[in-house]
Amino acid sequence: EPSNLITNLAILVLSGFVGYAVISKVPNTLHTPLMSGTNAIHGIVVLGGLVLLATGDDLGFGTTLILFVALVFGAINVVGGFVVTDRMLEMFKSKPTPPKDAEGDAKGGK
Amino acid sequence: MQPVLASFLTDVDFKSVLYIVAFSLFIYGLSGLTGPKTAVQGNRIAGVGMVIAVVATLLVDPFHNWFLILLGLAIGFGVGVPAARQVKMTAMPQMVALFNGVGGGAVALIAWAEFRGTGGFEFTPTYIVIFSLFSAIVGSVSFWGSNVAFAKLQELIDGKPRTLGALQLPAQLLTLGGAIACAIAITAGSTSEILIVLLLVLAAIFGLLLVLPIGGADMPVVISLLNAFTGLAAAAAGVSLDNQALIVAGMIVGASGTILTQQMAIAMNRTITSVIAGGFGGGGGEAAAGPAG
Repeated sequence: EPSNLITNLAILVLSGFVGYAVISKVPNTLHTPLMSGTNAIHGIVVLGGLVLLATGDDLGFGTTLILFVALVFGAINVVGGFVVTDRMLEMFKSKPTPPKDAEGDAKGGK
Repeated sequence: MQPVLASFLTDVDFKSVLYIVAFSLFIYGLSGLTGPKTAVQGNRIAGVGMVIAVVATLLVDPFHNWFLILLGLAIGFGVGVPAARQVKMTAMPQMVALFNGVGGGAVALIAWAEFRGTGGFEFTPTYIVIFSLFSAIVGSVSFWGSNVAFAKLQELIDGKPRTLGALQLPAQLLTLGGAIACAIAITAGSTSEILIVLLLVLAAIFGLLLVLPIGGADMPVVISLLNAFTGLAAAAAGVSLDNQALIVAGMIVGASGTILTQQMAIAMNRTITSVIAGGFGGGGGEAAAGPAG
């Protein structure tokens, strides 16, 4: 349906500008956590596996297997991404007490 | 569950509203991630958005393959949570590379499944085919490139730059060109599955050739670039699947990831172009080759 295409293209372009605008100037110490946080957000690819499996009747063994692996990959991306970002950011939450397992990381805090 | 309630929950508009709530939370959370005081909360807000997006996606009727879906999500949790909780602070960049890689791999596999599910895109609108194949190429590059980045940082392979010498650039052009040629052939109407497998393999080799020449010191910049790649691939997959949550989340990561890559390169006194050109071992101070981007 062409109207869907145009709507989706508009959303695509506008989201690009939003992403550009949100990241204006990031302090150097936040570069890695931000990379990790955006990594978790693109873990949304898990939806692709979910929607195709949940709506797919009689997909056949091969396609089902491919989608299952995609689902597992996407789930690892999104779950691991958010958890690891949360751990990185612990460094910023409580400046006086350094995290227990932050050995060798001298970049913590501001 | 009452039939009336079921039909309301599975209504397309209701689902779209939940997607809008989800991507609003992504954008709000992402803006929080740019400041030290708001970052923890920002990440968690984005996480809530993700839960809403997943729940919205599962509101379909009839619902197939529920066992596989639960099993897949359980395995994802079982692998992802311990990996993220146990990794040392110093090893976090390579863990991000690994998580980014599986995300890219997921996109590539979804495109492959779409190809198979539609009988080789025989009756699929051309624009959907183009977006799907774009996501397949970029996803495969991201998967294999990220795995090399992980292996180098984890010292599973030598962190030193590895190139094919004078053959490096021709090999890169050949593999990327080959993948694009496969995409053109499929778009033109070929339904042979060999073509999409070849596309994924050529993109994989291109991903390896892209990251192997890059030294360990430059690796965080490369991981950030591959992160932006996966975002773009996810956005393209969103267009092909007509899923607005995927489009928005993928594209904000694609755009913000590109800006972030540039800022990281600047912070390390490098340019993206010189990092990608590789072969310098991250010595720094290499002559800048024009505007990056």
